[in-house]
Amino acid sequence: MQPAELSAVEIVAAIRQGDMTAVQCTEAFLDRAARLDGSINAFLKIDREGALETAAAIDARRKAGKPLGALAGLPVAVKDALCTRDLPTTCASKMLAGFRPPYDADTVARLRAADAVIVGKTNMDEFAMGGSNENSAFGPVKNPWDLSRAPGGSSGGSAACVAADMAPVAIGSDTGGSIRQPAGLCGITGLKPTYGRVSRRGLVAFASSLDQIGPMARSAADCALVLETIAGHDPRDSTSLTAEVPRYSELLEQPLTGLKIGRVAEHYAEGLDPEVRKGVDEAYAVFEAAGATVHDIELPHAKYGVPTYYLIAPCEASSNLARYDGAHYGHRAEPGTGHQAEPAGGHRAESGSSQHFDSPLVEMYCRSRGEGFGPEVKRRIMLGTYALSAGYYDAYYAKALKVRRLIRQDYLDAFAKVDLIGGPVSATPAFKLGEKTGDPLAMYLVDLYTVATNLAGVGGISFPCGFTRGGLPVGFQLQGPALAEPLLLRATDRFQRLTDWHLRRPKQTA
Amino acid sequence: MTLARKDVAKVAMLARLALSDAEIDTMTGELSKIVGFVSLLEEIDTAAVAPLAHPLDTQNAFRDDVPAASLTTAEALQSAPRHDGECFLVPAVLGESGAA
Amino acid sequence: MTKPAAPTAEPFTTVIGLEVHVQLQTKTKLFCGCSTTFGAPPNTQVCPVCLGLPGSLPVMNREAFSLAIKAALALECRIAPFTKWDRKNYFYPDLPKGYQISQFDLPFSSDGWLEVVDPKGAFSRKVGVIRVHLEEDAGKSMHDEAAGTADTRIDLNRAGTPLCEIVSQPDLRSPQEARAWLNELKLLLVYLGVSDCNMQEGSLRVDANVNLHIPRPDGSLAKTPIVEIKNMNSFRSVERALAYETARQYDEWQATGAELGTTPKQTRGWDDPAGVTRAQRHKEESSDYRYFPDPDLVPVTVSEEQIAAAKALMGTPPTVLRTTLAEKWKISAYDADVLVNQGRELVGYFEDVATRVGEGKVASNWLQQDVLRTLNERGETIDEFPIRPDALADLIRRVQNGDFDTSRGREIFAEVLTSGRSVADVVASLGIAAVGQDELIALCKELIAANPKIVADVQGGKEQAAAGLIGQAKKKNPNVNPAKVRQMCVDLIKALELPTRTPEA
Repeated sequence: MQPAELSAVEIVAAIRQGDMTAVQCTEAFLDRAARLDGSINAFLKIDREGALETAAAIDARRKAGKPLGALAGLPVAVKDALCTRDLPTTCASKMLAGFRPPYDADTVARLRAADAVIVGKTNMDEFAMGGSNENSAFGPVKNPWDLSRAPGGSSGGSAACVAADMAPVAIGSDTGGSIRQPAGLCGITGLKPTYGRVSRRGLVAFASSLDQIGPMARSAADCALVLETIAGHDPRDSTSLTAEVPRYSELLEQPLTGLKIGRVAEHYAEGLDPEVRKGVDEAYAVFEAAGATVHDIELPHAKYGVPTYYLIAPCEASSNLARYDGAHYGHRAEPGTGHQAEPAGGHRAESGSSQHFDSPLVEMYCRSRGEGFGPEVKRRIMLGTYALSAGYYDAYYAKALKVRRLIRQDYLDAFAKVDLIGGPVSATPAFKLGEKTGDPLAMYLVDLYTVATNLAGVGGISFPCGFTRGGLPVGFQLQGPALAEPLLLRATDRFQRLTDWHLRRPKQTA
Repeated sequence: MTLARKDVAKVAMLARLALSDAEIDTMTGELSKIVGFVSLLEEIDTAAVAPLAHPLDTQNAFRDDVPAASLTTAEALQSAPRHDGECFLVPAVLGESGAA
Repeated sequence: MTKPAAPTAEPFTTVIGLEVHVQLQTKTKLFCGCSTTFGAPPNTQVCPVCLGLPGSLPVMNREAFSLAIKAALALECRIAPFTKWDRKNYFYPDLPKGYQISQFDLPFSSDGWLEVVDPKGAFSRKVGVIRVHLEEDAGKSMHDEAAGTADTRIDLNRAGTPLCEIVSQPDLRSPQEARAWLNELKLLLVYLGVSDCNMQEGSLRVDANVNLHIPRPDGSLAKTPIVEIKNMNSFRSVERALAYETARQYDEWQATGAELGTTPKQTRGWDDPAGVTRAQRHKEESSDYRYFPDPDLVPVTVSEEQIAAAKALMGTPPTVLRTTLAEKWKISAYDADVLVNQGRELVGYFEDVATRVGEGKVASNWLQQDVLRTLNERGETIDEFPIRPDALADLIRRVQNGDFDTSRGREIFAEVLTSGRSVADVVASLGIAAVGQDELIALCKELIAANPKIVADVQGGKEQAAAGLIGQAKKKNPNVNPAKVRQMCVDLIKALELPTRTPEA
């Protein structure tokens, strides 16, 4: 039995039935990762020892006839934005190099309690800021379908490790598309649940009103299995939803007859790649064949999603990232290099800077942050600080909050007419590494189809709906109203029963 | 929409970011472009729209006043760049007033 | 209601507003379950939330919110039906998240007042309360001055402790009023169990804003620049600092003529040993806090029903208690003020004693003259005081019965206090036994026979001359009640003279 060829659902069943041990399964994935990740760079940390230890303990418990958790023996890779008690958590930033959290994120704790095996921490854009995974302080992730291309981001490591079968399941986080876009570009299935469905506790915050953790896997069925474990109310997250968690994997069977899917005029804007358009149109046809109907709808404020997002997210981030100042944890600049204290007690930065520091403390802050953060993180901190500062708050931050309401209203109006909204995940398939790095604005536009989901706080799922002639996956996105995860998963699962795009494997990693 | 270099320098200090002169130059150009882009929102009339700071309609999330376990001092200090086993150590804060 | 300030010799009006922070008496911090107990070793009451670790999230303490509502209601504030949490962004090592969770544009309460009345009638001032809001405290920075450039040590035990910020209108008109108002505020908050207001432990902190309004000869007003004074560690230092600052501002105005608006707001620190305020360094971009709604917390709504329920559970505030105490026990407003100002426990003690002896005035006298003085000397609170209300009532009743006089009573009080024995035991051991009527008559007759001069004086109409017999009586029998001796002697002398008296026609 080749574990890497099995779905998560099959792995869990095989281990439960004794067809395979947790150690065998874990080892198989770890071996693949050891062989392949040198060229992909999906992992920031592979915890071979810890994972095998956990797997062995599960096997021992099974042998002793003791009860096992719902995910017993299932290898899971976790985005490095989630705190793990016994593993470093860096958010792919130099700022947190060496940081060891003294606690587990709620999601990690739930995975451990369900006897999942955490195999490692995945690469990402620094502090989840980016759409290509090129903003990692520890090197970019390569797209397993074409190593010269980006996997998308920010959960690029999680997407790539599933696409290359280095883990059957990975955990990602999505602030403006960071699960769905890399899932689309890597040909896997990624779910961003409704805001608050999965606890954010222990997820290193980027933009708190937008962040949401979700599963990334081969299929909707595998996502359903993992979501069942990680979703649920957390009394230690004030923004966690109290609604009961359905048994998602048991709700997949019902056919799609009568399901209304919205097709959005605004999605066919300038810039949509013809091959992506073709894949998307064919996907609508599959849904129609499955009994659903497709309806043209409008999201009138769709084009304001990206500018709204690029005000709200940086504003929140500028405050969320203030804690990385070198005082209590994380990177601290060495004192006194390359500058001299002035008689007045002021301090100047090293040559090449005309910045003036008020005190040794202020200097420590500024230099630690200047050294610890990469360019994109600095840019967003600057943008957010500017947009919240005296005199600009109303014009930028407050204005964006008003447009956010209009965007959410668009969704409410749309969901009064249709059950789900379909469309592309990204305007183009995976782009070349380095293609957009010189132009921050071009990079921001890769989030065009995904940011509004987060602004509205609803859920979205992305999955492969075809391939380009060049062999790159094309992703389809479904968005649903709040707490419509059962429907998103059921619709995707039905699509995946009728197609095999999600089963294709990149040749280069075979 | 363009930002002046001195505005960017001021924001950098507010954000406690040490930037080289070259970085400030680059940042001035990039931020001007981004701010110009987000200014697209100006074309929407939002006079009658209330801000929406958060997607949730939830209110009143409380916890009871019941003590929970704290970390040990060792755990609290485990990632500190400098500490003396009891306290975090930072460069002298003399001359500034704390509570702002 | 508000009387004008007592006329002073000063050629200006002092305008003072106060900003008070009080720690709420909760078991745990505002947003996490760490203990708020004072005095624990550094960094032992911390968790990911109050350390500001990545990924940590705040959850509001219900009790902190109810205590804050209580405080606001007692200050006659309007409670907002909808309130939210904002982040106040600034960098400081005792603020590990880089922002303080506070309230900005929608505080949970506003527009209240608290009146302070000087019991001696020097002033009476109804001071407006602009707002009361909730926020989290910062940790502590400790710097060894002697070590010069050494590192600052940071203890985050206090970080996240719930604070109520109370901001007054600039309605106070003298340093004395400011101190009195603070006393009244503290009393109120302690009465309600909102805070222990212990300044030594930092659970109450005060900053003051002060300036002067100086009438010019042409009738216009010169206003001096507003100065914020910090680092005042007692109400006495608040009064001293304000007095110093008032004089300093007047001198400066005379010297420079600087007025409000011509200079940025200045912050000055009070140097208590030196008795002066000193200018503090002005921080760059100090006031751009970039407030915005905290996306980690959800808003709080408060209904009319909840407000009514909170009011019903609030207990009697000191202002009301002063009146009811004076009326119920027929004591003076001044006496009621003294008792109430000592706190709810002392009032409870007083009422217990007064109920047992069936009279308020005598209980009030004993409390004020004996109990309070002793508490002061011993540095005790009324709860720790060894003489419990039943024992004090027993003692007072014996004095009322005439078993012994008040000064003898005080000796017994002192003995009970030091020995810890009961009043009855002490009375017996000191040989104090009630003197019987026959014994008293015999003693008085003896004295009358031995003091013809006094007898003559009394007969001559000077009844007070009988007092001269008391000392002799006490020498013969220390247990006699002086008042009784005096009365008996007068009665006996009058009885002597009756037969020889010529009836007045």
